[in-house]
Amino acid sequence: MFVSNGKELIEICNEKSIPIWEYSILEEIEKSECDRKTVIDRMRSALHVMMNSSTYAQDNSVRSVSGLIGGDAYKIKQYADRGKTLTGDFMNRAMARALSSSEVNASMGRIVACPTAGSCGILPAAVLSAGEKLDKTEEQLINALFTAAGVGIIIAKNATLAGAEGGCQAECGSAAAMASAAVVEMMGGSPEQALSAAAIVIKNVLGLVCDPVAGLVEVPCAKRNIAGTVSALTTADLVMSGVYSKIPFDEVVWAMYKVGRQLPSELRETALGGIAITPTALKYKKEIFKD
Amino acid sequence: MRNYSVFDIIGPIMIGPSSSHTAGAARLAKVAATIAGNDIIRVEFLLHGSFSKTYKGHGTDKALVAGILNMEPWDENLKNSFEIAAEKEIEVIFTPADLGDVHPNTVKFIITKEDGSFTMVSGSSIGGGNILIFDIDNQAVEFTGERPTLLTHHRDLPGVISKISSVLYEENINIANMRVYRNEKGKMATMALETDSMITEDAMKRIRKIGEIDSVKFINPIVEGVI
Repeated sequence: MFVSNGKELIEICNEKSIPIWEYSILEEIEKSECDRKTVIDRMRSALHVMMNSSTYAQDNSVRSVSGLIGGDAYKIKQYADRGKTLTGDFMNRAMARALSSSEVNASMGRIVACPTAGSCGILPAAVLSAGEKLDKTEEQLINALFTAAGVGIIIAKNATLAGAEGGCQAECGSAAAMASAAVVEMMGGSPEQALSAAAIVIKNVLGLVCDPVAGLVEVPCAKRNIAGTVSALTTADLVMSGVYSKIPFDEVVWAMYKVGRQLPSELRETALGGIAITPTALKYKKEIFKD
Repeated sequence: MRNYSVFDIIGPIMIGPSSSHTAGAARLAKVAATIAGNDIIRVEFLLHGSFSKTYKGHGTDKALVAGILNMEPWDENLKNSFEIAAEKEIEVIFTPADLGDVHPNTVKFIITKEDGSFTMVSGSSIGGGNILIFDIDNQAVEFTGERPTLLTHHRDLPGVISKISSVLYEENINIANMRVYRNEKGKMATMALETDSMITEDAMKRIRKIGEIDSVKFINPIVEGVI
């Protein structure tokens, strides 16, 4: 059985001198009773879907089912191609990747929920951007997804990954935490550093509410996928510089869950609060659902 | 604490935008179509709660029709399901409805077949693409479709269940869960039986031959492997 918390995860990885991704693969082999190749190939399928979803809307201007969002990943890519960005090529391409998956999702394309459909842009964008920069092989990218999955399992066991239960901090926040931990291990960081990154990412979005306009996975979800990606990547650098989270990962996850429970239901995916009830959001809602 | 798989976290692979409103809807419809069997000519979808309010924006309608057409929740053709259903001359109707005290994402399928027979199936999309079927032809049942499921409609007589479980034992198939439902003693009963491994062709053939069984359905789990 997969360990119950971050402390145990660090202990077992240190004891066996293995990274989080290797521990996650070994546990999955045991749980699924499948061989290593089967487990890895299933994750390879997920990686291939991610590669496509994070690219498609950069090259093709897509529209969501409601018509509310679309075409923005394409815009960011064009902007990055012109070479005059402030935060550089790497960050702009990561933003375009994140938005691409979110736009593909909203236009009924194929994505990998990681951990949810609403947060499906973050992990692919962070891992594929870091992979490109660090010249990683496909096998190494697959390993990074196992790191992310391991961190996600710990969050799921101790808190929640559902916006309806814990707000956006639990969805995009968890996705970004998983992604940051994955990137840290890609950069050669220790399991402890990986969880430190995950903790910092969650602390920075603690309290983030889930307030989808018209109840759809579009506004403000898509742009929160960009924010999560940027946070995952910058936090990986922060941790690799030697900075640690002052509060341990497990306690941050506990706090995130507590905060989620304290959020009124209006701010947990019901579209009855936050951005969802602004006058403009209500106007969009009326336009979309008119018959 | 639940024993999560890495693929509960990185997954499912699905057509967006929502695991509960799109992927779960496609799964529900696929199971409903399997229960009804071949030659479907018309389906009325009674949409309850959140399904009735937001189905257009989430593509729930397209996902439901895709499931009726036996598509997988990750099939990129899902968004073209209306056109495909029209080509196959399957009529689809969406009706907002109040189905009572049920999960907010609930749908009732009223499926008409070529021979004029009806099948009614009710189920809910309970989150993360997971589903629960809770009523078939006004008979309460309960199964999730996560495991291979055997659904029988049989005469409520001593020994029928033992005949079924003997076949499974002889084919080395372990029973994970089973529930028997009946409205009246000695009349007809429904059983939902979930197994740990796939139900083999031989087992299906042998179970179909048991005399007291009126009808039997095999529902395979919708699990992505390597796509």
